[in-house]
Amino acid sequence: MVEHGDIRVVHRGGSKINSREPVISSDSRLLLCASGECVKVFSTSTEECIHDLRGHTGLVTGVLLRPSNHLQAYSCSADGTVRLWDFTDGILIKTYAIGYPIYSIHASPNHERVIFIVISTLSEKKSELFQLVAVHLPQSGDRLVEARELSAVLSDVSSNPAAIAFGRGGEYIVSAKGLQLEVYFFKKQKSYRFSLKENNKKGRKNTFTCVASHPQDDCIATGHEDGKIRLWRNFSHKKEYTYSTLHWHHSVVSSLCFTPEGTNLLSGGVESVLVQWRYNQESQKDFLPRLGAAITHIVVSPDGALFCTSHSDNKITIIQSCVKVSAIIQGLVKGESLSTDLMVDPRSKAMVLNGKPGHLQFYSLQRDKLLFNLDIVQQEYIHQSGLQQFEVVKAAFTASGNWLASVEERKQKDAELELNLKLWMFDEQSQSFVLNTTISAPHEARITAMCFCQSTDSQTTMLVSTSKDGHFKAWQLATPAHTEDDGPSWSCDFVGAYHSLVPECCTFSADGSLLAVSFQEVVTVWSPSSWELLTTLSQPPGAIRDLCFGKLSCSKYLVGTTANNLLCCWNLLTCALEWSTSMNTSLLLADPLSENMAAFCPQAGFTDLFVFKPNEPRPLYSHKAVCSGNVTRAVFAPREEMLDSCEESSQWLNHSQLYFLTQCMDLMTFTTKAEEARQMAASKQLVIDDSIAMTPFHLLLGKHRGQQQQQESGQDSLSAERTPLPQGSAAIKELLQTPAHILPSTSFLCSMFVQSLLISVTDSREETKHVEEEMESEKEEDSEEEEIESRAVRPPEMARCGQATETATLTKAQVKELRRVKKLDHGWLSSVLDL
Amino acid sequence: MASYKPTKITVYPKLGEKVTQDTVYWKNYKAPIQIKEFGAVTNINFSPVAPHNFAVTAFTRIHIYGPFSHEPVKSFTRFKDTAYCGRFRSDGQLLVAGCEDSVVRLFDVNGKVALRMYKGHTKAVHVTDFTSDSYQILTGSDDYSCRLWDIPNATELNAYQEHTDYIRCGQHLFSMFDGRVDKSVMTLDHGQPVESLLLYPSEGLLVSAGGRFVKVWDLLKKGQPLVSLKNHHKTVTCLCLSSNGERLLSGSLDRHVKVYNTTSYKVVHNFDYAASILSLALAPNDESIVVGMTNGILNLKHRKNAEESKEISGQQRRRPSYRVFVKGKNYFPKQDDYLVSKPVKQHLAKYDKQLKKFNVSKALDTALEAWTRLKKPEITVAVIKELDRRGTLKNALAGRDEQGLSRLLYFLIGNLFDPRFAPVLVTAAEMILDIYQSVIGQSSVVDRQLLRLQEMLEREIDYQQELLEVLGMLDTVFASSLPRKEDESEVGALSARCIEAR
Repeated sequence: MVEHGDIRVVHRGGSKINSREPVISSDSRLLLCASGECVKVFSTSTEECIHDLRGHTGLVTGVLLRPSNHLQAYSCSADGTVRLWDFTDGILIKTYAIGYPIYSIHASPNHERVIFIVISTLSEKKSELFQLVAVHLPQSGDRLVEARELSAVLSDVSSNPAAIAFGRGGEYIVSAKGLQLEVYFFKKQKSYRFSLKENNKKGRKNTFTCVASHPQDDCIATGHEDGKIRLWRNFSHKKEYTYSTLHWHHSVVSSLCFTPEGTNLLSGGVESVLVQWRYNQESQKDFLPRLGAAITHIVVSPDGALFCTSHSDNKITIIQSCVKVSAIIQGLVKGESLSTDLMVDPRSKAMVLNGKPGHLQFYSLQRDKLLFNLDIVQQEYIHQSGLQQFEVVKAAFTASGNWLASVEERKQKDAELELNLKLWMFDEQSQSFVLNTTISAPHEARITAMCFCQSTDSQTTMLVSTSKDGHFKAWQLATPAHTEDDGPSWSCDFVGAYHSLVPECCTFSADGSLLAVSFQEVVTVWSPSSWELLTTLSQPPGAIRDLCFGKLSCSKYLVGTTANNLLCCWNLLTCALEWSTSMNTSLLLADPLSENMAAFCPQAGFTDLFVFKPNEPRPLYSHKAVCSGNVTRAVFAPREEMLDSCEESSQWLNHSQLYFLTQCMDLMTFTTKAEEARQMAASKQLVIDDSIAMTPFHLLLGKHRGQQQQQESGQDSLSAERTPLPQGSAAIKELLQTPAHILPSTSFLCSMFVQSLLISVTDSREETKHVEEEMESEKEEDSEEEEIESRAVRPPEMARCGQATETATLTKAQVKELRRVKKLDHGWLSSVLDL
Repeated sequence: MASYKPTKITVYPKLGEKVTQDTVYWKNYKAPIQIKEFGAVTNINFSPVAPHNFAVTAFTRIHIYGPFSHEPVKSFTRFKDTAYCGRFRSDGQLLVAGCEDSVVRLFDVNGKVALRMYKGHTKAVHVTDFTSDSYQILTGSDDYSCRLWDIPNATELNAYQEHTDYIRCGQHLFSMFDGRVDKSVMTLDHGQPVESLLLYPSEGLLVSAGGRFVKVWDLLKKGQPLVSLKNHHKTVTCLCLSSNGERLLSGSLDRHVKVYNTTSYKVVHNFDYAASILSLALAPNDESIVVGMTNGILNLKHRKNAEESKEISGQQRRRPSYRVFVKGKNYFPKQDDYLVSKPVKQHLAKYDKQLKKFNVSKALDTALEAWTRLKKPEITVAVIKELDRRGTLKNALAGRDEQGLSRLLYFLIGNLFDPRFAPVLVTAAEMILDIYQSVIGQSSVVDRQLLRLQEMLEREIDYQQELLEVLGMLDTVFASSLPRKEDESEVGALSARCIEAR
């Protein structure tokens, strides 16, 4: 932000949503979770993000419902503030400034106006010690309140929020750290410590990982590193405490949770199986297996209907009463390492990178949402730590997006590398990639680079892979000689080598007529049509790190960066060095739609960006310190619509947008001011409220999954909010089921359709049940009056209600009926008047 | 919630020949019948009328065989010297043959003595045939001349003297004659002595065989060469068209008969014979293939009957009847019906069911069942690979009794040396040895199998070494034969290709 004020680096999503446990609102409709510097509010039924609660300037480290008001929530952050939100409307109510980075937040209904937070020990020494302090929240009308009244409760606690829990009714607080469990009773102001031996017989660790306490019983459940769960009782005595052990998990129990009634205990861990233990009948347990990735947090909604698990692959799963997964909120998956390059799928314009183990994820940049995962490995994932698994390490797309190549590898202990090269064809019918060819062991050693021939007009598709075994191979799509059953498949066309050097990177020129392969410090240029070595270019010392051909008007240039802080540009017509400059470039990439190239240069802990054209050694744009740390992955994503910025500095953003991943795996991008303004306008979109009626349109457009269950459970718990469905209406049925070409004109159907949407009077009977409850007292009075009135000639209300009956003389039954109708209408009307 | 992903069975590329429609068709012949003739069988000709007898010219005789008998129905033995080219007329009543003594003889198929003798040639007559109007005979002789004879009068109608070499079938240059004109219409140069000629039924294409080449000429385009096939490595001696005209057969001295597709001119099938082939004929409807060889053996192959070939397919397991599958398929829900969709049950193989439950030993047991082990070793290998991936292969292999272990070893002995399975099975074999080394010597069965495994390993190592030696030799040959370019990368590429090919 030094030179050009109007280009800004902005954070573009992809942050973790599984870092802290999510919170389910008391009506089970909303889900709050900490995500980067904001709190995201999701709908539990539609999986949509309803809004972000923005305001924190540091990482949000905890979200909590306010015990005294279930429509408000606290959030704490590393920026040293606790904020109170109205999360249904997304309004910041209050900010309490604490002044120290907060690591987690806890509260209980027993302690009004007090919250418990974990901060690092206030000593000068920079140590990893944390303490639990109680903060008295001062009452004041201001929006920004200083809360400095801190009183230490427990010293030396774990920073992991799962290791602290409130006991029954908030009478005591439990904290576990290392091998010690500490229970602090607020009334007695006394704490008890229980410790376990370091190792049990089998040499596995006894370390505490999480605690949960029973809501109605004096019982604490603790999870341990060896997969055991211990249920502690009678812990108000120092000596006579007891515990029983449950063991199902084979490795760390990462989360424990009691259901609100305390009838069940839920546990989860690396196995990605949700285990439900019956409290007091622990031999009975239910399993929900194959949740996809290791469970990190388990949360139960206050009414006990919904379970919610967060997983290590940045996913939140919503489960209905331990039976059925009803919704999945999936963020950008960040595996242990980002091994594939960032890519943009030319079809869906989604960003593609490796995600879940053995999968490629397609991530929508516009919507900050995971579109889908493509299963590359197609093997059952064994959730076990320390097991060598297949990982997707390379992937590449053709320019048209018809073909996807992926490389998966698995490194066994004894140096036996398993490699598979897979080629996927886009299937128009199923709109997804279908495996076409699997080449097992395409090379003898690890594949260093892979690229497709990017020219769009060539008849044959070609893939080149370079490997540490000193060869590069060209793969070509070929129709088999015997054309009976199988379609075209890929086979090896050429194997090349150069002085038994190791090829590091390869790239095709824009028209596909040249292939450049770098062998350490030598760049070799080949002709793919004849496989002839055309020329070699070299600029020692320093091995080549990146290679890029120029595009469009600069297609005669080849740009390379070396490990020895040199950026070289060769002219391919003269086969000579055009220019070179000394800069340490960690990443060089070319914009597919323009001549521009971007170079990321790490410098003194920060990374600078230079954008240049290969025909002149002058940067078009430079940006000092785009982020801290090294940038190793970036991508130019083509814009959906071109910007028409004419300023020279921001012209390079016209065709495509540059996204990059920082060292802490945050997805960042560059935007201009004009663009931001436009986005702001666009973001004021309508958020679909999930409480709207379930019309047949909703059935068509909405999610089918879990609809039935939702409806049923909805009827029990929140039928009050739901209007009944005008589903049975003949008009709508007719509209939806008649083929479009024989439908009458819309104007004809309109009135019929609108009428059918109106709530008919008979239906309103069920609908106004809740109104009845409100009006109960009123009605009782009314009914007494009405008894009298009904004997009178004609009640005056009847005319008012528009339910005029022409009958002059009424039978007794009719009078009864009339009275009922009148009662209902009265209620309905008064509710209208109330509004 | 994802469902269980079954173990992936690697599909290995099929080794050997691909099964195509052609191989199925041409393999559908019974075991051959061999008949010993007196000398080299120079010509075979099928009678165009039923019951399709065929005339076999060998040494000084012409035998006529019936379609099913293996004894000659009739034989013509009144030749003074070697007979050549016994051919039927289109009505199957007359047979003409040349002879080393320059006389052309015409026989009645039912008679014994020659009906007519055509004398005029001065040297051996190697080629005789009827013209398409069936009233004239064309002969070619070593006296460089071709003559046209009238059948009833036994007179010479025309003589063509343009050839400059023995007429065996045509020769170096072969010429086209028009019977009405006494000059050649067209002359085509094959390049080598022509051994055999074949005119397509459409009369638009001519196939010639000479040297190692089979050439196809387009007569309508003034004899333009259409294609030259070089699939034999010795002289091609005979040509033949299949009955529907879609396949061309060529027999050669290299003891092969090759079948070509006449649209792409690619070899689609290949027959091997014991000796060099001199003559070849196909019965109408390809009912039988008759091949004559230099060692005087006549080889007959009859097509399998429809019932016989059906028998094989009938052995397949009976499937549930069609009705079971269509039951309820065409029932459409009515308007008010409430649809309850049944969750699709995932079908898992037996070993997958065990793997899903983490029963590793049982999974290996199911994969080692006799049928899977013998018929589909790739399944067993895939399960072993999967267990290895899960890190539980050792657990699955351990704790087996004598029977279980010997079954495992039996599988290893059978498949360890298959290059497709070797990488997986070698680790398994190492683990077995690690686990069971303490109990070696307790069971004679296991010990015997281990010894056998060792013996086979040693043999395999020897093979590998020999192969490497050959590869080294090849590399030297390639390196010396290649013109040295400015860069050695070409050589590197080539040798890399060799490695690939291996």
